[in-house]
Amino acid sequence: MVADYVDWLRREGRIVIVGASLAGLRAAETLRAEGFAGELTLIGDEPYEPYDRPPLSKSVLLGKASPHRTELPHRREIDAKWRLGVPATGLDLSAKRVRLADGDEVEYDRLLIATGVRARPWPKEEEARLDGVCLLRTRDDAADLYQRLKAGPRRVFVIGAGFAGSEVASACRETGIPVTVAERAGAPLVGALGGVIGAVAADLQTENGVDLRTGVTVTSLEGDSVGRVRAVHLSDESVVEADVVVVSLGSVRNTDWLAGSGLGAGPRGIACDAGCRAFDFRGIVTDDVFVAGDVARSPHALFGYQFLSLEHWGNAVAQAETAAHNMICHGADRRPHLWMPAFWSSMFGVNIKSVGVPSMGDQLMITQGSLAERRFVGVYGHQGRVIAAVTFDNTRWLEFYARQIERGAPFPVEYPTVDRRPEGRQPVAADFPDPSLPTHGPTVTLSGYSPADQQLVFHPARH
Amino acid sequence: MTQASLFRRITDFANRADPYPLYEELRKTPVLCEEEGGPYVISSYWDIEALLHDPRISSDAANLAAAGDDALSGPEATGLPPSFIRLDPPEHDRLRRIANSSFGPPHRPRRIENMRGELGEIVTGLIDGFGDARQIDLVDQFAYPFPVTVICRLLGVPREDEPRFRAWVDPIVAGLDPDTRTSAESERTAQEARLQLGMYLNGLVEQRAKEPRDDMLSDLVNSHGPDGAMTTMEVLTTAVLLLIAGHETTVNLITNGMLTLLRHPEVLERLRNDPGLSVRIVEELLRYEPPVQIVPQRTCIADIELRGVTIPKGSHIWLMLAAGNRDPERFKDPERFDPDREDIQHLGFGSGIHSCFGAPLARVEAQIALSELARRLEDPRLVEDPPPYRQNAVLRGPRHLNIAFEGLR
Amino acid sequence: MRLVVDLNKCQGYAQCAFLAPDVFAMHGDEALIYNPHAPEEQRERLARAVAACPVQAITADGLDDRGDKRDTGNAGATGDVQEASDGR
Repeated sequence: MVADYVDWLRREGRIVIVGASLAGLRAAETLRAEGFAGELTLIGDEPYEPYDRPPLSKSVLLGKASPHRTELPHRREIDAKWRLGVPATGLDLSAKRVRLADGDEVEYDRLLIATGVRARPWPKEEEARLDGVCLLRTRDDAADLYQRLKAGPRRVFVIGAGFAGSEVASACRETGIPVTVAERAGAPLVGALGGVIGAVAADLQTENGVDLRTGVTVTSLEGDSVGRVRAVHLSDESVVEADVVVVSLGSVRNTDWLAGSGLGAGPRGIACDAGCRAFDFRGIVTDDVFVAGDVARSPHALFGYQFLSLEHWGNAVAQAETAAHNMICHGADRRPHLWMPAFWSSMFGVNIKSVGVPSMGDQLMITQGSLAERRFVGVYGHQGRVIAAVTFDNTRWLEFYARQIERGAPFPVEYPTVDRRPEGRQPVAADFPDPSLPTHGPTVTLSGYSPADQQLVFHPARH
Repeated sequence: MTQASLFRRITDFANRADPYPLYEELRKTPVLCEEEGGPYVISSYWDIEALLHDPRISSDAANLAAAGDDALSGPEATGLPPSFIRLDPPEHDRLRRIANSSFGPPHRPRRIENMRGELGEIVTGLIDGFGDARQIDLVDQFAYPFPVTVICRLLGVPREDEPRFRAWVDPIVAGLDPDTRTSAESERTAQEARLQLGMYLNGLVEQRAKEPRDDMLSDLVNSHGPDGAMTTMEVLTTAVLLLIAGHETTVNLITNGMLTLLRHPEVLERLRNDPGLSVRIVEELLRYEPPVQIVPQRTCIADIELRGVTIPKGSHIWLMLAAGNRDPERFKDPERFDPDREDIQHLGFGSGIHSCFGAPLARVEAQIALSELARRLEDPRLVEDPPPYRQNAVLRGPRHLNIAFEGLR
Repeated sequence: MRLVVDLNKCQGYAQCAFLAPDVFAMHGDEALIYNPHAPEEQRERLARAVAACPVQAITADGLDDRGDKRDTGNAGATGDVQEASDGR
């Protein structure tokens, strides 16, 4: 019977994908590539077809690409119905219906949720509304910020020195704009890479002329008489005048629309099994709802079966492909999503790449190159195993370390490597901040072992 | 039975025209060590790819020598220290970055792209030079003079000096051949030739230090970027490397390419009608008939476990690029020359930090050469198949390629 | 033409930046900056860059329909070849 259902689904079923960005698009392509012939609907809250976000904080801010022209190339025809510019507002699991903001309802036989994340706004709403206070997540955000940078502001103030904030600061310096960066932690990138690497990132910023303020928080944004931001007040009581403020405080998962649906969805994302099937709030796996991309949190065998939320471009692609495959195949053919976490960033002309889960690392060894030269490979260890690696301008060695992580290779790294320096002979503490404190730039969140431990409050459905 | 070892048969000149059946046999033992203390020969795609990115593998000539090898390039034996191809980071990276600053992005992003017109003119001149002939030796009349002219102009070496440096380049290249490099005498000859070539280039370098021109020698000797300047010795070793690598491999790429196209006339015909096809043809050639067949100069600095075999620290490693390129575990129908294949992620230029420095130039040269030969030679065909080969098993290619044709278009 | 580079795969070999310098640029030694929307006149260069990428990290739209568009983009050369082959 089950086999018949899958055959029927593949032939004439209805699949709805909520979220029309990278994961949604790649899932749609995979469904068609693997023979799904039924009806396919993509729902997206932005009025644009799927576009790529990484260029928005790099080539776009440098004026080397248009914010309006980063649409993703399609790998194949997907023959889908597009519902763009209409957010999904609710989900009825028993009736198998997605509710839209315009009042429409779309029925599905199988659903993929790929609603991703949005930029965390400045918490004080009145200050957030000041002209010149910007976020950077969407192409509209990028277009706005680019125009403001082009206008030649006296100073840009970036709140939060995670990857996104640091990339904005880099673009400012490259285009000659004075920039101040404020970070609550002791250095940039500490949430993602720890304090040792963070110190390298801090040097990189200050040497490139960034006015970097660490260990401080922004207490308020001050506007002028016509509602434009004019200054930023800090917890050390200093005041910095700036006419553009970029709020770069990480992201919020787009799960609000699922409140009361009965899915295991909350601020930390939507829990799913390794096959991308969503859990309901009781921790029981659903049959017809799948999750992929930034909004998903799924268990990973290489990392102690912890649920990982990965805000990684490559994860969105890989998880979308796996979810799509699993949506239209028989049980025995399903695949687990066991992608090796990997991300990249570039700032101040330095290429930063990572594999594994650095934030799980207690210790760090510089196995190749040197921190002082800012060309190195750093290997993170956890409980005697290699758990992650990061490179600064040394990417060609990275896949070796990815294989070491896959094999659970021992840590510390005892064997010799080319370009090993005296500083790389002993492990040091990786120096991650207390995970209970908020930082601005984690790209991987360890979100516990099961959907039950996220203390989700269940609101009964409102319909 | 005392059959010659598989590795000896591969390097045996008698098998030069078609080593591929031997490579196939080799892949049956993908990690092969045939004699105590001998090299470990690696022939599967994924293993080669992994080892090219493995920081436990050294390219440093000193490690190779320490591991019991001959004096292939110990500085004391030669007077000329190793170039960056035989160094590990950080020296390798620093020298390669400085060399790159006069060659490619980010500092000189358009140097190669801007040479296209000039390359086209050189090719046109050489083909016009065939005149009324109805038969040519492609190697002597085209595939050799073309890249030599290009690398001379790029570096700033007078083209008319070619006979002089030829006399030094030949023994240096012969020194790379596994069959001859075992002889101490050919070693000494190679080292002496390298020194001579370095001294010749030193004359040009001194000149450029005083009067810089728009060429790479001038840029190398006057480099002063964030990595500082090269020493004169570093300029010379780099110039020797670029001069040799700049043509000795490209001659094989072009000749192997034309040979392969003449063996696949339907592809040659398509190229004649669509010069753009040369892009895919060259990539497939780099898989199917790579000009550098073997990376012979690596050493492990730690024990390495591969497919259940422990390769002990200090072992020499030979990476059989050409065998990996036809690994059926990696490529569908690998023995077929098929420029339409979707997946051509070849090892033709190596990979990792030592991947071919001149790859973009070699690509452009081969694309222009092959598409123009296809367009202009009327009804070309091979006079003999297989053609006579060069001795070298590492830099493998025909010594002559006689082509008959009905005239020029 | 739209394009995207999988920068997890990218290892900074810079072949694209050599072959299509108006679309791809190196930012420092290893980081790649690119324009995700390449103008039509870059078609040929973009195709070269895609083919040359040693890690096959570049995905581009609309390069496969080369036949027709190439003919119009490069009318002179292609026309000559066509004539010559017809005349044989």
